[in-house]
Amino acid sequence: MEKQRVRLMNYASYIALIPLVPLATFVLLGLFGKKTLKPLAGIIGCTALFISTALAVYAAYHYFFTDGKTNGVYQAVFVNKVHWLQFSPSLSIDMEIMLDPISVMMLVVVTFVSLMVHIFSLGYMKGEERFGTYFSFLSLFTFSMLGLVMSANIFQIYIFWELVGLSSYLLIGFYYNKPAAVAASKKAFIVTRFADLGFLIGILILGFQADSFDFHTIIQRLTDVNSPQLIGIATASFLDISLLTWALTLIFIGGAGKSAMFPLHIWLPDAMEGPTPVSALIHAATMVVAGVFLVARLFPVFYINEAALVVVTWVGAISAFLAAIIACTQTDIKRVLAYSTMSQIGYMMFALGVSGYGGENGLGYTASMFHLFTHAFFKSLLFLCAGAIIHYVHSNDIKDMGGLRKYMPLTHLAFLIACLAIAGIPPFAGFFSKEEILLAASQSNSAIYYIALITSGITAFYMFRLYFSVFWKASPPAPLQRRGEEENHAEGSFSMKLPLVLLTIGTVGAGFIPFSQFISADGKSFASELHPGFSVLPVALALLGIFFAWNLYFRPSEKPGKMAASLGSLYRLAYKKFYIDELYLFITKKIIFNLVGRPAAWLDKNIVDGTMNGIAWTTGRISTAIKGIQSGRVQNYALWFFAGIIGLLLVLKFWMK
Amino acid sequence: MNLSLLVILPFATAIALLFTKGLKPARTISLTGAAAQLILGFVLLYFYLQERNAGNTAPMLFEDDYTWYAPLNIHYYIGVDGISIAMILLTAFVVISGVLVSWHVQKWSRDFFLLLAILSAGAYGFFISLDLFTLFFFLELAVIPKFLLIGIWGSGKKEYSAMRLALMLMAGSALIFVGLVGLYLNTDMGNGQHTFNIMQISQMNISESVQKIFFPFAFIGFGIFTALFPFHTWVPDGHSSAPTAASMFLAGISMKLGGYGCLRVATFLMPDAAQHYSWIIIVLACIAILYGAFATMMQTDLKYINAYSSVSHCGFVLLGIGMLTQTAILGAVMQMVSHGLMTALFFAGIGMIYDRTHTRQVAQLGGLLKAMPFISTIFVIAGLCSLGLPGLSGFAAEMTVFVGSWQNAGSFYRIATIIACASIVVTSVYILRATGKAIMGPLPIATGDVPSVTLTDAKWNEKLAAGLLVLGIVAIGVAPFWLTNLLTSGTEMIMQKIAAVVK
Repeated sequence: MEKQRVRLMNYASYIALIPLVPLATFVLLGLFGKKTLKPLAGIIGCTALFISTALAVYAAYHYFFTDGKTNGVYQAVFVNKVHWLQFSPSLSIDMEIMLDPISVMMLVVVTFVSLMVHIFSLGYMKGEERFGTYFSFLSLFTFSMLGLVMSANIFQIYIFWELVGLSSYLLIGFYYNKPAAVAASKKAFIVTRFADLGFLIGILILGFQADSFDFHTIIQRLTDVNSPQLIGIATASFLDISLLTWALTLIFIGGAGKSAMFPLHIWLPDAMEGPTPVSALIHAATMVVAGVFLVARLFPVFYINEAALVVVTWVGAISAFLAAIIACTQTDIKRVLAYSTMSQIGYMMFALGVSGYGGENGLGYTASMFHLFTHAFFKSLLFLCAGAIIHYVHSNDIKDMGGLRKYMPLTHLAFLIACLAIAGIPPFAGFFSKEEILLAASQSNSAIYYIALITSGITAFYMFRLYFSVFWKASPPAPLQRRGEEENHAEGSFSMKLPLVLLTIGTVGAGFIPFSQFISADGKSFASELHPGFSVLPVALALLGIFFAWNLYFRPSEKPGKMAASLGSLYRLAYKKFYIDELYLFITKKIIFNLVGRPAAWLDKNIVDGTMNGIAWTTGRISTAIKGIQSGRVQNYALWFFAGIIGLLLVLKFWMK
Repeated sequence: MNLSLLVILPFATAIALLFTKGLKPARTISLTGAAAQLILGFVLLYFYLQERNAGNTAPMLFEDDYTWYAPLNIHYYIGVDGISIAMILLTAFVVISGVLVSWHVQKWSRDFFLLLAILSAGAYGFFISLDLFTLFFFLELAVIPKFLLIGIWGSGKKEYSAMRLALMLMAGSALIFVGLVGLYLNTDMGNGQHTFNIMQISQMNISESVQKIFFPFAFIGFGIFTALFPFHTWVPDGHSSAPTAASMFLAGISMKLGGYGCLRVATFLMPDAAQHYSWIIIVLACIAILYGAFATMMQTDLKYINAYSSVSHCGFVLLGIGMLTQTAILGAVMQMVSHGLMTALFFAGIGMIYDRTHTRQVAQLGGLLKAMPFISTIFVIAGLCSLGLPGLSGFAAEMTVFVGSWQNAGSFYRIATIIACASIVVTSVYILRATGKAIMGPLPIATGDVPSVTLTDAKWNEKLAAGLLVLGIVAIGVAPFWLTNLLTSGTEMIMQKIAAVVK
């Protein structure tokens, strides 16, 4: 016990600083970043993030290597509890920090990627008019995301959930005079808000049935077969579906919205209107995996409810596959990356869905978290590379690119490594995590396994389609050639190169971390080895995908166009993103606005209001008729008013007797 | 602590104003008065907390009782609990901000500030009254200035709006009066005397049949003030025709008089009837919440947007009261405070935009963030508070209402709660649409007659006004526990009455 207390004291002394330092930066730059502190904003932001990152790494080291384990199991540590809003004796929103393997891992990921993005932005956003505001928004996001992963209370996570939504909204709409950016920010917020409605109702059901909003208590009560709470939630049902399934599915809807899972993914591609470093941070590495994190956080409860887990599995698998198909047809570099993000998050999702619980059975869980971890590196690297390219080319369209390897050697190398990683080629990070996912899927559900296998081939194809189109293909368009010769520093300043190098190191090295030693569904370490025989097929498929991409896009040729034409309407369907956006537009614009909004407004103006006016008019007429004159209107009405009262009282008096 | 100071101070301000001439002295005196009120509010809060910490558990503190009219047993009886103090502080915040944004009222400026002072006196008096007749007296005191403020200083079809507002609020008053007198006539002091004393009535057993007759009068009467569907129609026109400060007072304070009355008078004194009619209140509140939100979505004028959204947001107050659980009632009171601050900020922001661009049509506005970053920022903050963003007051209040509502088991209550929750999505749609068009986006070409270079950002007085309101919103949003701690004893007292019925 003494040891436990000392350990808590240690964490309590500094852990809250990790999110609070960025919060302070947000307040400072929010208030003074427009003028006074504008030139210093970048330095302040980077310094703050550096402090947070250092503390996060320190905490992770301590947690994983010195004191996280008790009796061979990683235990959750709770510190700094604040009663924030008490609803009833058992239900309250508490602000509390929870440290367990996944939250500590996320702390490191979030702070590190955020630091990289901060540094990159120093160069990328240089000369921007709202430089200070930009960094204050970045800090707000980092604070919210850190708060999200450390939450110990399901309502607390909802609070930070909304706050990351806000920061995402502010940053997508950062170029606020661009109508497309404004529309995209609005769309992102509203779509995720809609999903959050599910989350909120899910919280209410789950919280009330478990009689607590505290994660630890919820999990404890709902996984114990003898607890009255579990019996209550599992036997009570609504529309023949148990309340537990309802609660978990609704919560998952919230997660699916944030993580851009089908069919709530429509906001993510549009979100690419934001500054590219923002896409790297929010829409690739951190916020979009919040849904995966949420399911992982409640995994023990999900595990006992098969129906909800099936939903998670299939939504994940469909998203992974669908997004990969769409990514093959898009020509905007950031949109291709956005769809690939959606696809990879789909992997993480269904990995959780196929996972078991306890020891090696929890391979899917470990694999999902592992993929989340490695994905954060290579996907943010891809986005930062895309940022560097866009910074140089001044266009997002891959048709305006080509042959860039000559001018951007460092970016080229980094991009290639990241592509190999995401395609699952050994020994890069993505290979290890994706193998684990495929293995977990093959052990549990063969349909999912084959979808995942095919998707990984497609992934290799579209990523290398992108790679060849940008860096090889023809020589670069003429204006770029000229600029390339004039400026030797096509790749931007040191601050833009450093993050690329550091993230490349991560992309190469992250796969070698023995993840199952640290993170598992039940906190117990287990050994996971490579299965070379199993890996042959996926790697071969990935190589095949790369070969196709090379064949089609290495040199300028007619082949891609011909292929697209031969696929005809199928290609068109994918290019148009399966018309899902159009479907939503139809529902919202045509149905909600015309059939609900307009009638409501009309009704109010004409019927409800009209009735009131009718009454007023009638009384007015009566009063006129009685009085015969129309002067001093207020007095008239005042008189009428008192007369009315007396009349009413008389009636009542009579009636009461 | 002498509570009467709260009423005396605005009256003293009003009297001092009578001896001034012109804008400058009038506004200085008003601001001094408003600042003194705010300080007084905090002093009251301080003394109140000190008393509570010292272990004083009396339901009402700082009571004072003077006989006003002995034959009818009418007293000037005042006292406060946590709920009243929260409302008093809200009033003080809105009053000072209202004075500050009216800094340049040219037309009959002295009378303008005079009416604001009288209105605030009425509101303070209302919130401290523990005698039904006194309470009604102060309520009426707050109605007449509104009529004049809109009719004289308003814009658009102001006479029509003012008339309608006065009519509907007077109809509300009439209903309230009937309810109160009916209640009075059914009290019995044992010596054949009746009483208006709220605390005494709450100890009596008013028979259920009597409650069922008079509860609707009181509840609908107060409900009209707080935009109870379908009696909300004065809200859109009234708000949009009113001058900025009057809109702020109207939505920030006056609508809260209704909510407070529904709770303190109707529900607290007639709990059996409240239980009986609970389902009707819930249905009407849900209609107001969702229907108000959808109607807002179709509005094109910024003031109409905020007015309709007030209908929707005040629905949460009524929903909380109708749900009759302690948490829901706590949420209702929090929502009153939150909405009061938020809507005042919203109207202040809209007024500032209108002063500069001379339009409130969303379609004609655009890209204001560039020309006036400060004003745009407060507009966005108000909007975010309205859509229930955590960290701002609306979230804490709405979640408390939702959780409190969910405490009632049964499909009816659950569905009502889900409908209320669903409104937060619609709210974000209309807020972001308005923000996206007016604040963000490119500068419109249509307003060529008002080139953007002439648009100036907020002046010191406007910044101070907005700053104070934002401070209140953030203070509740970041640390709601201080507000709930303040309110709990008051809601507990009301809840005890309701719980006694359930048994």
